Amino acid sequence: MRSCRDITALVSQGLDKKLSVGERLAIGLHVMMCSRCRNFQNQSQFIRKAAHGYIEQLQNRLVKKPESD
Amino acid sequence: MLLKSGTETASKLSEAALAEHRPVLFRYALLKLRDPEWADDAVQESLLAAWQSTSAFQGKAGLRTWLIGILKHKIADHWRRMEREVVTDTFDLNEMDAKDNQDDDFFLSNGNWHSGPSTWQDPEGALKQQEFWTIYETCQNNLPPKMAQVFMLRELVGLEAEEVCRETGLSDANYWVTMHRARLRLRECLEIRWFNQSKTEKEKCHA
Repeated sequence: MRSCRDITALVSQGLDKKLSVGERLAIGLHVMMCSRCRNFQNQSQFIRKAAHGYIEQLQNRLVKKPESD
Repeated sequence: MLLKSGTETASKLSEAALAEHRPVLFRYALLKLRDPEWADDAVQESLLAAWQSTSAFQGKAGLRTWLIGILKHKIADHWRRMEREVVTDTFDLNEMDAKDNQDDDFFLSNGNWHSGPSTWQDPEGALKQQEFWTIYETCQNNLPPKMAQVFMLRELVGLEAEEVCRETGLSDANYWVTMHRARLRLRECLEIRWFNQSKTEKEKCHA
């Protein structure tokens, strides 16, 4: 059984490349039993979503250029 | 005749392909210049320059890399016009501070979580709150500079992993470690500064 350190590293890699069936299986089995790694999995996806939202925010903020008040 | 059709294909390909990369180029320029008008100008100039010298480009695989190379020059030109020092970010990313790439403070020696991720309440709701974005920005700025650059090229600009490596000179192995580290750090920061905070506030309200 792989450790949380190894599983989270795989989860991270899975966001940037396609993992093998074995690797995906290892993640799936692990997160079924480990809530911390399950949380990490959800949160790493959330961070990606937030990053995309952030660049949009940045764009809007810069476009608006608030008048000094 | 063969030659003629070949040229036509090449120019068609570049026009469509150039337009395709516009959003990524714009985000890249926006992060560097922090001004949408300047960013837009730099991207326009780059695409024009690219279009005028398509013959200089070899091979479709690295089109975006080639375009970013042109864009970098345009950004440097911009700073030169502004009479500011050109900001270079060509530090060796493989020479990261050793402490930046250790995850020992996140995991125990047996590989289990040191103090692991707790369950976050309503992460989707956080995205709708202005205060959350301030916290997010703080957390992102708290990443070590080199790590932040890698993270932003991937997640904000939207480059593929291999493009980030090409762009930064980072090795494959270092890329995975760096991205993972960035996510672990961001996660922890958001948990401490936002999700655990709002939890305690909510508890206070109900007390």
